[in-house]
Amino acid sequence: MSFRYNSTPILRNLSFSVQDGEILSILGPNGAGKTTLLKCLNRVLTPKEGTVFIDGRDTRDMSLIKVAKRIGWVPQRGEISRMKVYDLILLGRKPYFKWGPDREDHRQTMEIIHLLGLEALALRYADEISGGEFQLIQTARALAQNPRVILFDEPTSSLDISNQHLLLAKIRSLIHSNPRAAVITMHDINLALRYSDKFLFLKNGYIRAVGSKEIIDSPLIKEIYDMKAQVIEAGGYPLVIPV
Amino acid sequence: MLRKIVFLALSLLILAALIIVSAASGTIRIPFKDVLSVLILFDRTGFGRVIWDVRMPRILAALLVGAGLSLSGTVMQSVLRNPLASPYTLGLSSAAAFGASFAIVFLGAGTGTTSTIIISNPWTVTFSAFFFSILSTAAILILTVLTRISAESMILAGIALGSLFSAGLTLLQYLADSVQLASILAWTFGDLGRAYRQSLIITALALFPVSFLFLLYRWDFNALDTGEETAKGLGIRTGAIRIVGMTTASLLSAVIVSFFGTIAFLGLLAPHITRKILGGDHRFLLTASPLTGAILLLGADTAARTLFSPMVLPVGIVTSLFGGPLFIYLLILRGKK
Repeated sequence: MSFRYNSTPILRNLSFSVQDGEILSILGPNGAGKTTLLKCLNRVLTPKEGTVFIDGRDTRDMSLIKVAKRIGWVPQRGEISRMKVYDLILLGRKPYFKWGPDREDHRQTMEIIHLLGLEALALRYADEISGGEFQLIQTARALAQNPRVILFDEPTSSLDISNQHLLLAKIRSLIHSNPRAAVITMHDINLALRYSDKFLFLKNGYIRAVGSKEIIDSPLIKEIYDMKAQVIEAGGYPLVIPV
Repeated sequence: MLRKIVFLALSLLILAALIIVSAASGTIRIPFKDVLSVLILFDRTGFGRVIWDVRMPRILAALLVGAGLSLSGTVMQSVLRNPLASPYTLGLSSAAAFGASFAIVFLGAGTGTTSTIIISNPWTVTFSAFFFSILSTAAILILTVLTRISAESMILAGIALGSLFSAGLTLLQYLADSVQLASILAWTFGDLGRAYRQSLIITALALFPVSFLFLLYRWDFNALDTGEETAKGLGIRTGAIRIVGMTTASLLSAVIVSFFGTIAFLGLLAPHITRKILGGDHRFLLTASPLTGAILLLGADTAARTLFSPMVLPVGIVTSLFGGPLFIYLLILRGKK
């Protein structure tokens, strides 16, 4: 798959896959094309060459609604409108609406609210809740799409350390307990190491490395981020420390 | 939910009260109990003739125009993702005013006698106003398609065209003789006194299908409010919604402005007031904001007819006069929050 803005190539000849129950983190320096890659996956942007397959089906042959039933989307900074939290989650059922939400849509919305423990928030307005809570709401909305894959664009970028871990732990348990996958763009490599199963390193639009946590070592960090670092083991997880 | 039901009940009550007050007041004062009996019994004799033949068309016009402009404003604000969008700010009114003046100056639609100004051929003026507002809308749409369909480009194109038509209007005023000038001026004051059976029927025929269409799209508008990319991620063809929403909202306001002239601020103010009270959910907004618009315009028109009685002011002046300060007050409220 490749992508260009006007004639500037952003992504070049990428090819990778993600399986059920797997969390793939996309890592790389600023401007590497991480977010562009994510948006190409669910046709928010359209790749210039190549395609994205889901369950063996070419997304180019699918309507946006069909794509939305298979790929959920959690943007980095969704705009906060003055709507009730419940209705924002219900909005995730939009691809399934005919005239409007039916009983099944409300049932699934309630199920997700219980699953994520959002009962106390459900009747509040979205512009009155915290940033961490809003990310959970966006995740809930993506879950309501009942997708096979959920895409997260820098989900932790505006959260404090405790909310970062709470959110990612929640995402991890959601992905691992269901036949569904996640693709997450991340800046914080240590957070990615702690919560994902697979890593994809992007630089200047090229894939530099893909694989499990074993591929991460000092030379790779040097190549991707142009920075000296040590990879040590702490609490059973690898940890990247700049030196 | 309670808030919504209370809002609905209260606004219907206020609207009913306003209709009665408006039907009662004017040069001939009619006691409320007579108004009620005339309205309930469809009595067309005595006071009934004044109410049904003179005041009711004007009241109906206020309801239809208020609802229509407010509905257009609500949808434009949503699809353009900008709280300042309205038929007025997007240059539609300027285009219509230019069209009307064009008809008055060049198509000979405005002639006068010594003492009164007469727009001798109202249909020519209306058609010309409608034609130019549609032309302006089409130009905005074409420009945005050429520059990729973003909300900002639509707004900027609207502002640019609006100032172009304003300049054209100034030129026409410069070229016009004094009688034509007076006709142009009289047209640009939005006035509900121009309500005739045909104009009311055509306005209603535009309002009801458009309202229905917007209600069909209520969840799409809600999705747009969460951001362009989120909406796309939910399977919404944002470009298509934007074009459909803008085209229909503009058509509706073009019909209204062509018949009744420029009524400033209503399309901006009514959606904001409704949003303030009910939040941003279009399931409620699309039914409640037309109600707010109808209340505001009927209130303003009743004031226009009674404040300086027996002189009747064009309602456009009243909406501008009170709309500005009210809008600033809303801004201050928002700042405090």
